[in-house]
Amino acid sequence: MDSREQNQVGVRRTVIRTMAVLVGMFAFAFALVPLYDVFCQITGINGKVDATAQSIVHEEVDESRYINVQFITRGSPGLPWQMSVEMHQMSVHPGQTAEVDFTFTNNSHKESWGQAVPSVSPSNATRHLRKVSCFCFEEQQLQGNERLTIPLVFQLARDLPADINTITLVYTLYPIERVIQNASLNNTINHGVKNDPKNEAKNNNAAGETI
Amino acid sequence: MSPKLPPQPHLQHSSTAVSDGQSQSHAAPPKGILRWLLTTNHKEIGSLYLIFSLTMFFVGGIFALVVRAELFQPGLQLVEPEFFNQMTTMHGLIMVFAAVMPAFTGLANWMIPLQIGAPDMALPRLNNFSFWLLPVAFALLLSTLFMPGGGPNFGWTFYAPLSTNYAPPSTSFFILALHMAGISSILGAINIIATILNMRAPGMRLMDMPLFVWTWLITAFLLIAVMPVLAAVITMMLMDINFGTSFFNAAGGGDPVLFQHLFWTFGHPEVYIMILPAFGIVSAIIPTFARKPLFGYASMVYATAAIAFLSFLVWAHHMFVVGMPLVAELFFMYTTMLIAVPTGVKVFNWVTTLFRGSISFESPMLFALAFVVLFTIGGFSGLMLAIAPADFQYHDTYFVVAHFHYVLVPGAIFAIMAGVYYWLPKWTGNYPNERLAQWHFWFSIIGVNLTFFPMHFAGLAGMPRRIPDYALQFADFNLLSSIGAFFFGASQLLFVLGIILCVRGGKKAPAKAWEGAEDLEWTVPSPAPLHTFETPPVFHRISH
Repeated sequence: MDSREQNQVGVRRTVIRTMAVLVGMFAFAFALVPLYDVFCQITGINGKVDATAQSIVHEEVDESRYINVQFITRGSPGLPWQMSVEMHQMSVHPGQTAEVDFTFTNNSHKESWGQAVPSVSPSNATRHLRKVSCFCFEEQQLQGNERLTIPLVFQLARDLPADINTITLVYTLYPIERVIQNASLNNTINHGVKNDPKNEAKNNNAAGETI
Repeated sequence: MSPKLPPQPHLQHSSTAVSDGQSQSHAAPPKGILRWLLTTNHKEIGSLYLIFSLTMFFVGGIFALVVRAELFQPGLQLVEPEFFNQMTTMHGLIMVFAAVMPAFTGLANWMIPLQIGAPDMALPRLNNFSFWLLPVAFALLLSTLFMPGGGPNFGWTFYAPLSTNYAPPSTSFFILALHMAGISSILGAINIIATILNMRAPGMRLMDMPLFVWTWLITAFLLIAVMPVLAAVITMMLMDINFGTSFFNAAGGGDPVLFQHLFWTFGHPEVYIMILPAFGIVSAIIPTFARKPLFGYASMVYATAAIAFLSFLVWAHHMFVVGMPLVAELFFMYTTMLIAVPTGVKVFNWVTTLFRGSISFESPMLFALAFVVLFTIGGFSGLMLAIAPADFQYHDTYFVVAHFHYVLVPGAIFAIMAGVYYWLPKWTGNYPNERLAQWHFWFSIIGVNLTFFPMHFAGLAGMPRRIPDYALQFADFNLLSSIGAFFFGASQLLFVLGIILCVRGGKKAPAKAWEGAEDLEWTVPSPAPLHTFETPPVFHRISH
């Protein structure tokens, strides 16, 4: 029958179109991963900090403003380290360069690798925070029971929005399991892990088991 | 509880199309279990979906009762916290993916071809496949409860990294089960779209379709758009867990907040997937029992489309506390509130349909009226949650639990029950026992409100969700909720009893089982023969 054949043609067309939408949406969801990163880098809204050192910009210190900068450190399961900071908060002027010492302690007898991953809150302060030197740019190696003190040097830009009076810097320690020790130390965390996908999987498992 | 089926075809609608290949294969249908495994008939598949959904409704309900039993008193009495977490998670997953969604798909399978005058769904074999994926998927999901480490315990929203780094080893099975359920939904949606767009009775324009068909068409588009996103998210989880990627792992440069964005890109349209067909059912029942045509048919269609469109722009209102910039909070707050406008149009239209109608209160109408009132209450608490600054207090409290249970239980589930009571005469040829149905209704409505209304107060006072223990100040509210939950759960046995009795016999129903019913399904005999509309019916336009 004519109308049935027409139906069949119509059904086939509908199926092809809906399948195309399906494939498109599936791909779009994966495309959102890099897009989200790009979006966050441009707007700085998820508190992710650039993992490269920036140079100090010499500008006049704005002595009319005090910004309260707080430091929070967190460990994570699977890494027997302790991370502490010499002071939990400090007051700085925008434009002023400040330095604060962080201490990493390995509480186990074995050598291990870890990395502190930073996050900034409120997130719109991210773009106005210049880290001149930070332990978070690279992975750390600690021998058994070793204690290591590394400074964080940073500067707040003068164009920090006026409604921001407190900035919180959070550092979370994550374990990095290393088999090949002479892998480049200067890799940023992104590259470091992407070079070592298998190790990362082990880390996840290790982290899961200790819970 | 194998349902008695509509008798074999009487060929009342026999046609010249007998030469068609599909019709011939029906000459000798396989017997016994094979008949159900191999069936391509939309009515049989619809029944399978509905029976599966009802079974899962009780499985998910038992999980909820474990939760409510533990919360009956403060302190830990019955279950370990780990098992409590698995119960809350499984309750949510089962109710969303195995009870509400398959129930709507079952109703769609049964009613859409009947309402548009089509002989069957466009892709009958695909239809069979999409159903049989479901029992497999949920058998797998339920089996995770017996695996070492237990089943999923991270909430039905499975936020990473809780569901990746810190999840039980069974999570990969959970992902596979969800993949299968997702594929089932997608195939069902393709089938429904293909049926509605291509197989309407001659002369039936899109704007002549009954609203149940319209809402399902829009729902199916939502499914096509967002189920692939769910599939992508759980695939990323699978890779994070098993292949060492770092999509959601901050240690590897990923971002846990990205998970929430992706999940709610799926998750918010999903909540409309669970309510739009309910709108359609209620829009069929209220005009029937008010004996008036639906007020504002076109505005109902446009409002449904507007809700579906807006559902893509509001996802981050689930994430107000993740630390979004103020601009984003305002954007998502206003778009969320905007949804109240088309929803308000719908409620207005239902109420206006009732206005000066000649109303009678049979059980489908009772459930439909309860839907309008209680769904609106759920909508209002949703508006309260949409206020970003206030949400900081409500977030992850029992207020949220009260809100979404008000829109899902007396919302979606009452609409499904209304639909079942409304169409049972068409499915079985018998009216359901009205007295039993009325008891079921009144017990349900008391149970629902006793369970969920106190949760508003517990939540406003700060009781967090998903915790097996609570502060003493919440004891009375939880006592009431638990009593209500057991009362509601037990009263659902009346529903099952009513259905069984109705399948076995009862007052015979004519083709047009309800006086005010107008749509095409009421032109075929009751019970609907296995094959209907083999020749397309003549469609008479009712003025909307």
